[in-house]
Amino acid sequence: MWDVLALLVNTSVFAAAFRMATPLIFAALGGILSERSGVVNIALEGMMLTGAFTAVFVTYHTGMPWVGVLGAMAAGALMGLLHAVVCIRYRANQVVSGTALNIFAGGLTVFLLRFFFNIAGTSPAVNVIPDITIPVLNRIPWIGKILGRQNPLVYLALVSVVVVHIVLFKTVWGLRLRSVGEHPRAADTVGVNVYRIRYVAVALSGALAGIGGSYLSIAHLSRFSENMTAGRGFIALAAMIFGKWTPLGALGACLFFGYADALQMRLQNLGIPVQFVQMLPYVLTMIALAGFIGQAVAPKASGEPYVKEG
Amino acid sequence: MLDRLKKFPYEEVVIPILAVLLALLVGSVFILFVGENPLVAYKVLVKESLGSTRNLATTLQRSTPLIFAGLAVAFAFRAGLFNIGVEGQLYIGGFAAAWVGFTFTNLPRVIHLPLAIIAGMLGGAIWAAVPGLLKAKLGVHEVINTIMLNFIAFFLTDWLTIGPFHGNTMAPETGRVAKTAAFTRLYPPTRLNTGIYLALAAAVIVWFILWKTKLGYELRAVGLNPSAAEYGGINVAKNLVTAMAISGALAGLVGTEQILGLHNRFIQRFSPDLGFMGIAVALLGKNHPVGVIFAAVLFGALQTGSAAMDRLTAVPRELITIIQALIIFFVAAEYLIRRMIRHKGDA
Repeated sequence: MWDVLALLVNTSVFAAAFRMATPLIFAALGGILSERSGVVNIALEGMMLTGAFTAVFVTYHTGMPWVGVLGAMAAGALMGLLHAVVCIRYRANQVVSGTALNIFAGGLTVFLLRFFFNIAGTSPAVNVIPDITIPVLNRIPWIGKILGRQNPLVYLALVSVVVVHIVLFKTVWGLRLRSVGEHPRAADTVGVNVYRIRYVAVALSGALAGIGGSYLSIAHLSRFSENMTAGRGFIALAAMIFGKWTPLGALGACLFFGYADALQMRLQNLGIPVQFVQMLPYVLTMIALAGFIGQAVAPKASGEPYVKEG
Repeated sequence: MLDRLKKFPYEEVVIPILAVLLALLVGSVFILFVGENPLVAYKVLVKESLGSTRNLATTLQRSTPLIFAGLAVAFAFRAGLFNIGVEGQLYIGGFAAAWVGFTFTNLPRVIHLPLAIIAGMLGGAIWAAVPGLLKAKLGVHEVINTIMLNFIAFFLTDWLTIGPFHGNTMAPETGRVAKTAAFTRLYPPTRLNTGIYLALAAAVIVWFILWKTKLGYELRAVGLNPSAAEYGGINVAKNLVTAMAISGALAGLVGTEQILGLHNRFIQRFSPDLGFMGIAVALLGKNHPVGVIFAAVLFGALQTGSAAMDRLTAVPRELITIIQALIIFFVAAEYLIRRMIRHKGDA
């Protein structure tokens, strides 16, 4: 009994939870920006995967992992733009476009992996972004053990949560973005450029998901492997819903899912099958959507193509 | 004669064909990128997928699950539902079929095989009815729930396969399905099996339900306009659940055919994204059973040819995945193609 309790509050589990949550946080923030602007983005998975590949590709050629992160952002943004063009300009069904993008990313990354590295499965190892120690933070008892020494991208994820929160809820642009996602017609009448806001939001969404992917390939690990995101884009989607389309809510959900992820191997030693822990985010999201944990309501106009009148 | 020509669903056929051609065109850019000649690569693709009876049989074998998957997605689409959950439903259905296959081993074939097929359909139907019910009762959109249920199905069957039903091999797979529950191979050494007949029969049944029964009429009415259907006295909630259950039963058949026709045991994560390919097949086939069959054969041919293309040229086989995704983009963005056609008409 005490073993279990000790495990649940173990600092190394919490530290691992932050690491596991990091790629989810970036992607979930991306999902929030896109959906808040009215474009459903189930392509987070594909955008992350593209980011993960590009990060390794760029790092391999430059030797500089931070440049790899920039490359991942750019690649993710490009995927976002593709989604945006298909959904906004050509009014395709957003779920269909997202599905196509996921398939596209799965094919493209392996295609390029095999072409550039002449190898199937896994890329060669590249330089990674090393962990850093935060001087004062690491002296604080308990918290210092969790957050005192982590990967810079872990901190960047936490900072991004705050930034996206401020942008969405404290700036004029954020207000416009939200109004475009709720009542595009009304926003249009008062002179907001619905299309431009959606393009920017979806591109940013891809860039964020791209960073999330880069964390996997050049921080958490040091190489790209086929389908290495393994459904994390969908967990991020779940976290976005679970967090009711808010950055802080999504952060909470990501940390919780990350915590479950960190516990899963340890729980297995106690006889709990790891698969049941892996199912948890998805089961909880269904329960949340059904309204048993407060109501989770999507932005009103998400999923609807907007057609300007006149 | 002219009347019949006019009735021919011109755009319904032209748009998908143009979408495929555009996708192949963009695909050729990828072929040029790796330094090959697109014409040579595509020629290999066609020859290796259709060029001999044996290749043709392989193509049909690969088309079989895609027909079921395409029908599953198309059926739900007709009722206004987007079933992205075929991938999960096919695992649950496949596992149910496998379970019947390796558990009841002393049944005669005439009972065992149909029982396994029905189990497969039931498994898929139940898994799909859940999001249908959640939509009908609580108004939760089926897209997110079907995605979530995909992952739950993956992990559930992972556990069943590695845990309680693990076979006596080292691999993550169950024990063998009895011969009495296996589909018959039609053209050895290819793996084409009697599942293809079941797929074609399913297409006919789907067509019959949708266009020749009261149920189908109601489902399509709900798909076109749920509020008008409700006003017209149709029980929308009941129809949503029925549509998802039937769609799920078709999805269950994807897994059933793969298990009873190909693998003869349940293998962990056996599906190469068949459920997601079903979305592409349904879209390309314009959600019509005839279109679905054509689209499934096209995709089956692409997949069959891709292995040879990979072997004989420098083009990685993943080109086909890219082309399949491009096809979805172009079909989905049919507004783009419509404008292209219209511009031509203007000139």
